[in-house]
Amino acid sequence: MVEIQPPSFFKRGPSPLARFAVFSLLAVIFMIVDAHHQYLAVVRQGLSVVVYPLQKLANAPADAFAQVSGFFVSQATLQDENLRLKRQVLMNAVKLQRYQSVNAENAYLRQLFGIRQRFPEKVIATEILSTSRDPYSQKVIVDRGTYQHVAAGEPVIDAIGVIGQVTQAYPFSSEVTLLTDKDMAVPVKVVRNGLRAVVFGSSHRGVLDLPYMPINADIQNGDVLVTSGIGGAYPPGLPVAVVSRIERNAAYAFAKIACTPSAGVGRHQQLLILTSSQPPTPTPATPARGARKKTHDG
Amino acid sequence: MTAKRDAPEITWPTRGKIIALGMVIALVLNLLPLDARILPIRPDFVALLILYWCIEQPRRFGIGSAWSIGLLMDVAYGSLFGQHALAYSAMAFVAVSLHRRLQSFSRWQQALHVVVLLLLAQALILAVNLLTGAPTVGLSYFLPAFSGALLWPALPSLFNALRRRTPTADSA
Repeated sequence: MVEIQPPSFFKRGPSPLARFAVFSLLAVIFMIVDAHHQYLAVVRQGLSVVVYPLQKLANAPADAFAQVSGFFVSQATLQDENLRLKRQVLMNAVKLQRYQSVNAENAYLRQLFGIRQRFPEKVIATEILSTSRDPYSQKVIVDRGTYQHVAAGEPVIDAIGVIGQVTQAYPFSSEVTLLTDKDMAVPVKVVRNGLRAVVFGSSHRGVLDLPYMPINADIQNGDVLVTSGIGGAYPPGLPVAVVSRIERNAAYAFAKIACTPSAGVGRHQQLLILTSSQPPTPTPATPARGARKKTHDG
Repeated sequence: MTAKRDAPEITWPTRGKIIALGMVIALVLNLLPLDARILPIRPDFVALLILYWCIEQPRRFGIGSAWSIGLLMDVAYGSLFGQHALAYSAMAFVAVSLHRRLQSFSRWQQALHVVVLLLLAQALILAVNLLTGAPTVGLSYFLPAFSGALLWPALPSLFNALRRRTPTADSA
């Protein structure tokens, strides 16, 4: 009997099913490892260097448009803007004068009482490179990375208040998780009375949760929440959210409190990363995470 | 509609360069910063091209390639590492298994299959999201699969035109 073998022309290696089994298994292992450990951070960083030029390229048309449209702005618009900005500079100058003296006084008093300075000193301006195609994702990629001394765990703000936190720092880009992510937690206090609490992201879009507050807690609609500085991830005093809705039901131990983020979470293109010379307190794996411990890669 | 089959000219085997270039363009299209109103219907260009090459050139572009491009997408989007890789390789698997049947269909008949395959990929990504505790999403989440399938019939003409202009070296 001559054994019939297909000619080598038809040989195609392992069957599609076998290949799919291997690759899907690998993908599942990757996901589990990525969710619980940090072993794959190097692989992610390597791939991010490949993706970075593509992200830059994708942003090129928008950048070019901004430049060209900036070129054709009418004189009246510019004059208006100039006037407005000059007025603003004047107002700010007045505030700044007071701030300088208050700051000096504050530094002196802190020295007197032996309290160390808590503000991070450096600010890195950055721009959003890309957001996920998934409109429900609460992560953005920005165009500054470890090469520009960004580190995981650092807070990200805009001109109004806190936006979120750097969760992964790649060589030229980093991943920022927004406040509204379900796994984000920010220690805050109420400006009006100094009441401390922790704000969590929620499953509803654009809404923050203020859980675990007793029914009789002194919180009102419109209360401003700022970072308390407890935990060390965020410097104290940055605006975080405004209380927008309170439900007090005697049947539950806690009040249901919803807040609206102060900053333009998901709206602004330019962001600021606050970096400190000392490494941020929480480890990159678990940035400012309170009671709800879960994977942050959602 | 038998536009593709009755074309008299010889179609040269697609060169790796064209596949790679197409993929790069699709990746950039996926990363384009877009208005929030367009974002919900933006098709997944990368998934679309993966399907196209898996059906047209299953020996050059298969499950492994789809998987590696999925990993790139995961890094670009900041999603769970391996999420897109799983979705794309599953899609590629079905496409490669059915490529003989799909090749004999007309473009619009293929588009009907493409809807299902794109939906499969999106459902897998959604399933992983839900498993990791993401909030549930509305039906509009699946719109990109349909907008992608609408683009499908344009792909063959686009790449056939490229193939005719760039014959391989030995044919020149």
